[in-house]
Amino acid sequence: MKKHIKLGFFIFFIPVFLWLFLLIILPQIDLLLMSLKVENDVGDMVWSFSNYNAFFKENIYWYTFVRTATYSILVTFLTFVVTFPIAFYITKVVSPKYKGFLTILLLMPFWVSELVRVYGWMILLRESGVINYYLMQFGIIDKPIEMLYNDISMIMGLVYTSMLFMIVPLISALDGMDDSYIEAALDLGASKFVIFFKIIIPYAAPGIVSGSIVVFMLTLGNYLTPNLMGGKNSLWFTEQIYNQFIASFNWNQGAAFGFLLLILSSLIIWIALKISKQNLSKALS
Amino acid sequence: MIRSLPRSKKYNFGFLLYITLFYVFLFAPLVITCILAFNNSDFPTLPWKGFSLDWFLSDTRDRLGLFHDDNSLQSIFISIQTAFFVSIFSLIMGTMGAFLFEREEFKFKQAFYFLALLPLVIPGVILGISLLLATNSAGTYIEDTFGLDINILRPSFWLVIVGQFSFISTFVLLVVSARLKKFDNSLSDAALNLGATKFETIRYIILPFLKPALIGAGAVAFLMSFENFNTTLFLVGSDTTLPINLYLQVRDGSTPIINAISFLLIITTSILAILNLVLTKKEVR
Repeated sequence: MKKHIKLGFFIFFIPVFLWLFLLIILPQIDLLLMSLKVENDVGDMVWSFSNYNAFFKENIYWYTFVRTATYSILVTFLTFVVTFPIAFYITKVVSPKYKGFLTILLLMPFWVSELVRVYGWMILLRESGVINYYLMQFGIIDKPIEMLYNDISMIMGLVYTSMLFMIVPLISALDGMDDSYIEAALDLGASKFVIFFKIIIPYAAPGIVSGSIVVFMLTLGNYLTPNLMGGKNSLWFTEQIYNQFIASFNWNQGAAFGFLLLILSSLIIWIALKISKQNLSKALS
Repeated sequence: MIRSLPRSKKYNFGFLLYITLFYVFLFAPLVITCILAFNNSDFPTLPWKGFSLDWFLSDTRDRLGLFHDDNSLQSIFISIQTAFFVSIFSLIMGTMGAFLFEREEFKFKQAFYFLALLPLVIPGVILGISLLLATNSAGTYIEDTFGLDINILRPSFWLVIVGQFSFISTFVLLVVSARLKKFDNSLSDAALNLGATKFETIRYIILPFLKPALIGAGAVAFLMSFENFNTTLFLVGSDTTLPINLYLQVRDGSTPIINAISFLLIITTSILAILNLVLTKKEVR
């Protein structure tokens, strides 16, 4: 019997171990090793920190890195601000009759590929786009305005793309909240402001944290939206990585950038988890 | 404030306005994309020049409809194939992982579980480049040492599958684990007492119990794979998947054929989403 159970354990353990080791851990180690190598004058690969030096010396790399991080945090915050009222409305305000319908309607667009959604915004916003067409028709402007290819449209696009990952955890967190907390607080004379910050926000905290982590991570690693909606000056760090790999064919430099992005995302998520006293397995499941 | 409390007219109106605007924001890009797929114009913009099915059916040189565009059809077909294999493989691996973490006890389980969640917080771009680097190193090593040229280690159809599999398995793992947690162990104990082997209990008792979760996870895995861009970008060989193909077309200027493809995608995924929802709802009752 004992031997039998052991066998069963290994049948599950070995494939899972191979998956994690070969496809997740080993490639990350290889990423690190590659980033520490550089081609010398003779054409041999030698160990060196010069890929990282290049990052710290070249201002444009630094600038993009910091910009990507700050914008990702901003996008995460904006996504929360935009979706919170919706989650609150669906779980606490609207009559239960419409609740299911509104939720389904909310989820539907996110089943459609990100590319199609970004493309839709491009048709709406660009110089020859639909919004410009109507603004001209109604005589509000006489020359089309380029609304695409700037930081604002890029941030809007990123918020649009990641809303789902914020709103689902928010809804499930608020759904579990007993309305009588709010009723009691109101009876005891608490203001709406106090109710919001002392009752609703703390109760929804786990949902906020898990939503924020996923949104932040997806935004930081997003390539499509910044690339298609951001302008020539709207640099995103993933674009630098892509350029090193595909355009310059400098894989070692690209690996260094990739590793820096990995460190950055892990670090910020780790700090967020520490501050909010959550842990990764709870936040993600 | 909430459902059970009296609310002021202004509060109700303000909230309703915000919700309406939000849903318009949510659906505007998709609706306009669909409408413009039927515009009888050579550009995906307004003005409306009349209804036309040209972008689906036309076979002329300057207006090549989707159903005659081999390039797009080919990429749709490749995406379907990729998604098929990815969902099968990740369903198997995710389910094994769920069994391993929910029903087995072993040393360092917590650490392993943490590793299994890691693909969710590693940006897709990084997963892509690290796999590209690792397979490239492995390929070079094997070629130098054994003189063997292994195709799967180069950017190709199968490498895309491996790359998507590496993180989609984690999603399956989470969905299946959630369902497995609710399993009543006395059922499998009873089967074991009645002389069933461990694998018979899994086959005849636990798997049927998991069926709704498996179907749901399979559907999500299929869609995630179908629309994956970030990881695929670095691993794709000559067989471009639909998102990559669409991206190249959008980047290099757009024709209404992109709208036609988007229209089909939006309609199909919406139908799938609703079907999935209806089916899982029935199972719960």
